Amino acid sequence: MERSPLFGPAPVRYSQKGMATGQSNNEAAGQGREAESGQRFVYLPLIAGWLVPGAGHFLLRKWGRGALLSASIVGMFAMGIAMQGMLFAGAHEILDVLGLAGDLGNGLLYVFAQLFGLGADQVRVTTADYGTRFIVVAGLLNVIAAVDAHNLRTGRKA
Amino acid sequence: MTHFSAVVLFALFASVVFGITQRETPRRMVHYGIYCFVLFVGSAVVLSWAMYFIAR
Repeated sequence: MERSPLFGPAPVRYSQKGMATGQSNNEAAGQGREAESGQRFVYLPLIAGWLVPGAGHFLLRKWGRGALLSASIVGMFAMGIAMQGMLFAGAHEILDVLGLAGDLGNGLLYVFAQLFGLGADQVRVTTADYGTRFIVVAGLLNVIAAVDAHNLRTGRKA
Repeated sequence: MTHFSAVVLFALFASVVFGITQRETPRRMVHYGIYCFVLFVGSAVVLSWAMYFIAR
C-alpha cells in the first residue's frame, strides 16, 4: 500500500471489473474523443439528457442505450400521469421541495405536463399516490441517465 | 392496475436505467439489470408477507 508521509496510508480504491469507474485507459479514450469532437460544449450531453430523456446518449451515438433509457423514463413518467399522479408545482413544505426537485429531473416532460395540465393537483385515489412516486422517480432516474451521458462524454466511462 | 403490476413496472423501468448507467459492458449491464429487478420484486414480496403476518 502507498504511504504518504503527511497523511498516512493512501485511500484504498475499491472497484470491480466492469464497474463504471474512472480508469486511466478510459481517460485516454476520453481525451481522444474530445480531440475528435473539437470545441464542442462538454456539458451538452448532460443538459440534453436532462431536458429530453435519452438525448444525451443519442448525441454520443449510443443509440441502443439511449432508446432503452428514453423508453424507461418516458414510460415511467407516462405511467405516473396515467395513474393520476400529482405534479409538484410549488414548495410549501420541506417534503414538497424534495418532490419538486424530483419532478424537475424530468426536464421538458415536466414542463409540457404542467403546460397541458396533465397530472392531478391533489391525490384523490390510491393509485395516484403510486403515480406521484412514479413521476418523482422517473425524474431521479433521468438525472442518473444524464450524468451517465456526461461521464461517457468526458471519458470516465466507456 | 394492481399493486403487484405497479411494483413489476417500477422494478422493470428502474432496473433498465440502473443496469445501463452502473455498468460498462453490455453483458454486465444485463446481469446487473436482472439482479436489480429480482431484488426490487423479491424485496417487495418478502416485505408484503412480513406486513401481512404483523397485521394479523
